[in-house]
Amino acid sequence: MYKDLLYYLIFPGFIFISVAGAFLSWFDRKITAWVQFRKGPPVLQPFYDFFKLLLVKETILPAGGSRLTFLMAPVFALAGASVSGILIMLPALGLKSGFSGDIIVIFYMLAIPSVTYMIGALAAGNPMASVGASREMKLIISYELTFLLIVAAIILKADMSIKVQDIILAQVEKGPFIGSLSGILLFVAFVFCMQAKLGLVPFDMAEAETEITHGSFIEYSGTAYAFIRLTKYMMLFILPAFLCIILLGGFRTDGIHLLWTVMKMIGVVLLITLIRNTNPRVRIDQAMRFFFIWMNLLVIAAIVLIYFGL
Amino acid sequence: MSKIIPIGPYHPLQEEPELFKLYCEGEIVKDIKWETGYNHRGIEKLSESKTFDQVFFLVERVCGICSTSHPFAFANCMEEIADIEITNRTKYIRSIIGELERIHSHLLWLGLAGHFLGYNTVFMWVWKYREPVLDLFEMITGNRNSYAMFKIGGVRRDIPNDKIPAIQEVLDGLKKKLDLLTGAVMDDPVIHARTKGVGVLTREDIIDYAAVGPTARASGVDIDVRRDDPYAAYPLVNWKVITAKEGDVFAKVEVRLLEMYESVSIIEQCLEGLKNEKEGDIEVPIDEIPAGMGTGRAEAPRGEVFHFVRTDGSNFPVRHKIRAPSYVNIATFRKSCIGQTISDATISLAAVDPCYCCTERMAYAYDAVTGKKLLNGSELVKLSQDRTDEIRKKSN
Repeated sequence: MYKDLLYYLIFPGFIFISVAGAFLSWFDRKITAWVQFRKGPPVLQPFYDFFKLLLVKETILPAGGSRLTFLMAPVFALAGASVSGILIMLPALGLKSGFSGDIIVIFYMLAIPSVTYMIGALAAGNPMASVGASREMKLIISYELTFLLIVAAIILKADMSIKVQDIILAQVEKGPFIGSLSGILLFVAFVFCMQAKLGLVPFDMAEAETEITHGSFIEYSGTAYAFIRLTKYMMLFILPAFLCIILLGGFRTDGIHLLWTVMKMIGVVLLITLIRNTNPRVRIDQAMRFFFIWMNLLVIAAIVLIYFGL
Repeated sequence: MSKIIPIGPYHPLQEEPELFKLYCEGEIVKDIKWETGYNHRGIEKLSESKTFDQVFFLVERVCGICSTSHPFAFANCMEEIADIEITNRTKYIRSIIGELERIHSHLLWLGLAGHFLGYNTVFMWVWKYREPVLDLFEMITGNRNSYAMFKIGGVRRDIPNDKIPAIQEVLDGLKKKLDLLTGAVMDDPVIHARTKGVGVLTREDIIDYAAVGPTARASGVDIDVRRDDPYAAYPLVNWKVITAKEGDVFAKVEVRLLEMYESVSIIEQCLEGLKNEKEGDIEVPIDEIPAGMGTGRAEAPRGEVFHFVRTDGSNFPVRHKIRAPSYVNIATFRKSCIGQTISDATISLAAVDPCYCCTERMAYAYDAVTGKKLLNGSELVKLSQDRTDEIRKKSN
C-alpha cells in the first residue's frame, strides 16, 4: 500500500516525471538557444519559472465566463498527465505489470490535457482564447485519429496484445518495432502527432503568440498557469517515454542499458526540438489536411505492411 | 455574429502601438478597422522651430529603422530650393549610406517576418547577420543608427579611401550570408505553404491605393524613385529595379531579398567611384537659403519618402510636410486582409513592413459654422473619464 503510494507520488510517478520533464524542457530550450546563437537558460530555469508562477505571481480571474471551469481545467490536465505517466512508467520499469487494456487507458489519458486546455480557454470568455480553443479542437480532431491508428498498429504488431508489458516483451523478443519498415512509418507519424500534442511549432497554432497572443492560455496567470506549465513539462517527458515503449524497445535500467535509455529519451526530445526550430507555424487548415490525408495514409500503409509481416 | 480580434495596442505582432480590429467569423476576417494616433509626436510642427541644420537631426528621428531616408529626402528638397549641385563624392557617400540602410532594414523585416510565422530561428539568424551592417555604420558614421551624416550641400563625414577595403570585406561576408538566407527561405516548402497566395494585392489594388515601395513592386508595379526621379549617385551606377508579379507575401519576401543583392552591387560600384574622386571633397559652401518652395523624394526601404518645405529666406522652414511610405501602404490592408484567416491576416499586416510612428499625424476638429475648435484638452479628458465610468458600470 505504502509502496504503491510511493510509486504514484515519488518514483516513477508524479515527482519523478515532473523533474525529468522540467529537465527535458531545459534541454529543449538550451538546444533551441544553441541553434539560434543564443546562450540559453541555466538548468534550473524551468523550476524557477514554475515556482515563481506557483508561489509569487498573482492569480487573476477573468470577469466573464465560468470561474470554476476555468480554474479546474488545469487541475484536470495535470491529473490526466500524471495518470498517463504512471500507467506508462510502472510497466516500463518493470515495477508493476499493469492490467490488460492499459494501452487504451493511456491513449485516453494522453488526450485529457489538450481537451482540458480547450475547455479552460472556452471558460475564459476572451475572443483570443476562443479562437485558440477552436484551433485546439480542430487540431485534436485531426491528430487523435492518427494517434489511435498508431496505437492500433502497435497492437497488431504485438500480436493483438493490449497490455503495455506484453508490447515491451514482444520487442524484447523480436527487437524494437522501429527495426521494421512499418515501424519507421509509425515512428514518423508518431513524431508529428507528438509535436501537435505538445503544441510545438509547426503545430502551435492554438497558442500562436504573434497571432492570438498565446490563445488558449491568454487569461491564465499565477497558480493556474503554474499547473499548465507543470503539465507541459510532464507531457514533454511522457510522450517521448510512450514512443520509447511502443516503438523503441522500452526502458532497461540495468548497467549500461540505463545510459542507452537516457540516450533514447534525449534523442527523441532533440528530434522534436530540431523540428520546432526549423519550421514555421502552419495554418490550422493545413495542419488538418496534413493529418487527415498524409499522416493517416502513412499509418494505414504501415498497417498494410504489418499485415504482410514487414 | 462576428467577434472582434484586437491586434494591439500592445500585441507581439507589432512593435509599435496601434490597434487593428479584425471582425472575424470563425477564423475568417470579414472586416478590418484600425486606429492609429497612439504615437503622434508633432515632428512637422517641431521642424518649424529649428534651423535647417537642426532639422536633419530631427527628421532622422521620424523613423528609427530607415533613419537616413528622411534626411535624404530633406536634403534633396533643400538643394532644390537653393539650387545646389553637390559633388560626386557626396553623391556616392549618400548612396552608400542609403543602400546600407536598405540592407539592414530588409534584413530586419525578414527576421521579423520569420518571427511572425513562428520561425524564430530565422529571426535570430537574420538579426545576427544584420549586426555586421550596423558595425559598418559605426565605422563609417560613428553611429549604429541615426547616422547624422547629411547636411545641405554635402555630408558631415568623408569615407577615407583607406577604409574602402574594410567595407568591401564586410560586403563579401554579407553576400555569403544573403546566399544562405535566400536558399533557406526560397526553398522551404512550409514557408511556401504559409506565404504563397496569401494577402494578394493585385496591380489594380496597388494603383487604387497608390501603394509604394516593395509592396508595389511585388505586385508588378514598376516604380522606384531612385530610377524615376534620379538623385544622388543612382544615375551613375548600374542597377535594376526588382519586381515580382504575384503580389502575395512570398513575392514581397522575394523582392526584398533580391533588392539586397542590388544594394550590395550599388555599394560596390559607389566604392569604386569613390576611388576616382578627390578625398575630402564632400561639401559645397552655402551662403543662404532663398525664399521658395521645394519637394524632395527618396526611396526608403519601405517606399517613397516625400518632403515638402517652404522657406521665406530666414533660416527656419516655414512649413515642412512629411509623407512616410507607410501612410499609403497601410491602407492596402483592406484589400489584403479581408477574406483571409486570422493567421494569414496577421502576416499580411506585417508584409508591407508598416512603420506607424513615421506616419501618424494629428487631426483637429473644427465646427464648420462657427469655426471654433472642438474637443480641446479638457473635453478630451472628460470624454475619457466618462468612458472609464461606463466600462466600470458595465463590468459591475
